[in-house]
Amino acid sequence: MMTAAESILAGDRLALSRLLTQVENGTKDGEAELDLLFKNTGHAHLVGVTGAPGTGKSSLVNQIALEARRPNNGASRSVAIVAIDPSSPFTGGAILGDRVRMRDLAGDPGVFIRSMASRGALGGLAAATAGVVQVLDAAGYDLILVETVGAGQSEVDIARLAHTTIVVENPGMGDDIQAIKAGILEIADILVINKADRPGVENTERALRVNLELGYSPQGRDHEFLEDGHELDGLPEAVHAGGVWVPPVLKTIATQPCGIPELLKAVWQHRDYLVKTGLLVKRDRERLEHDFAVTLQGRLKDNWQDRTDPAVLKEVLEELFLRQISPRQAVDRLI
Amino acid sequence: MAERKIRVLIAKPGLDGHDRGAKVIATALRNAGFEVIYTGLRQTPEMIAEAALQEDVQVIGISILSGAHMALVPRVIDLVRANGQKDVSIFVGGIIPEEDIPLLLEKGVRAVYGPGTPTTKVVEDLHREFAMA
Repeated sequence: MMTAAESILAGDRLALSRLLTQVENGTKDGEAELDLLFKNTGHAHLVGVTGAPGTGKSSLVNQIALEARRPNNGASRSVAIVAIDPSSPFTGGAILGDRVRMRDLAGDPGVFIRSMASRGALGGLAAATAGVVQVLDAAGYDLILVETVGAGQSEVDIARLAHTTIVVENPGMGDDIQAIKAGILEIADILVINKADRPGVENTERALRVNLELGYSPQGRDHEFLEDGHELDGLPEAVHAGGVWVPPVLKTIATQPCGIPELLKAVWQHRDYLVKTGLLVKRDRERLEHDFAVTLQGRLKDNWQDRTDPAVLKEVLEELFLRQISPRQAVDRLI
Repeated sequence: MAERKIRVLIAKPGLDGHDRGAKVIATALRNAGFEVIYTGLRQTPEMIAEAALQEDVQVIGISILSGAHMALVPRVIDLVRANGQKDVSIFVGGIIPEEDIPLLLEKGVRAVYGPGTPTTKVVEDLHREFAMA
């Protein structure tokens, strides 16, 4: 009898699908299998696709996957897609409809699509998305596309999870001020103006480029790291200025399709850049440290809860509610 | 943090282009707390079985208005079972002649819901099946 982890490594899609459910539901069995698979992770390139609702994220993901599957672009790569849609805050139910735009991928054994409900998580991902991506990574998918919930200005968790973050805009969206607000544009490694056949595309392109020039500060998060100087041979100068990645602004029409090979090329260029600068390793370590910190936090809280008398907790909370003590004092009392 | 959700695939096979019924039931199930995967129009049985596998659903609801149910539904069931998903519960909604219903049930369909079935009936049946509140 093979373990689920062994079956998955042997290519069993049902075992993979069932483990994804376990991981999504946070079961002990799922966690144990994920522990077994963990040493097999770290090979896939993780691409986040985010942007406002209706910008065409699903259609773009469909086209990127089709393009990556084409053998005439070098090696054809296996693709996994994780598509996240929001859960209803009232009923906990969800309609996961991203597959509607991905029907071109049906019947291709090199593609695995999984829909996820956000289950109350903010930030554009579901709480279990990182685990789900790890399982797909271990299962051997070369390229993992994570499509976020239709996102606004603060759903930036994807940038921590993905190696390459694609932010999707449309012609006529926002104005100059929208573009210089902090948030979603700042996390873009690649900016895409989808539906580029619509009017206003030039204005949007200009606004995004101006924003990049304004926001292009040497105080970026990787500046100190990049100061050392790295060999960036083979990368066109347009993509990096002084070693810092400059997000390209690309135009696509996912429904035609148009501009998709250029988009996928930019993704691999970005990976190449991350590898050559050493940022791939640096970010991977940051991500793992973050996972560690989140898990530690959860575990410490659980341990504390197990050791705390509910009656005492209630008493202390009562004092807090009466404003006799502050939240900090309440914690001090209980820890 | 462990949370169990019932995942339901709502599938619309065949060549007719009417998915209002499918969308109504999808919405009703969402409102009842289910996670509903909707895949759009004109799905082949192969596409439905593939989606059911990748999404690890516990339930498949097939909406058919075209009259091709006796060809399509058993094919979906065979493919899903062949994929190893022995326990997936399958219901059918749409326009199904009275005399075909026993045949579909015999093939392994759990229930057939005709026109005018209140969505609450579908929800109640699923709640009972999965012993939810």
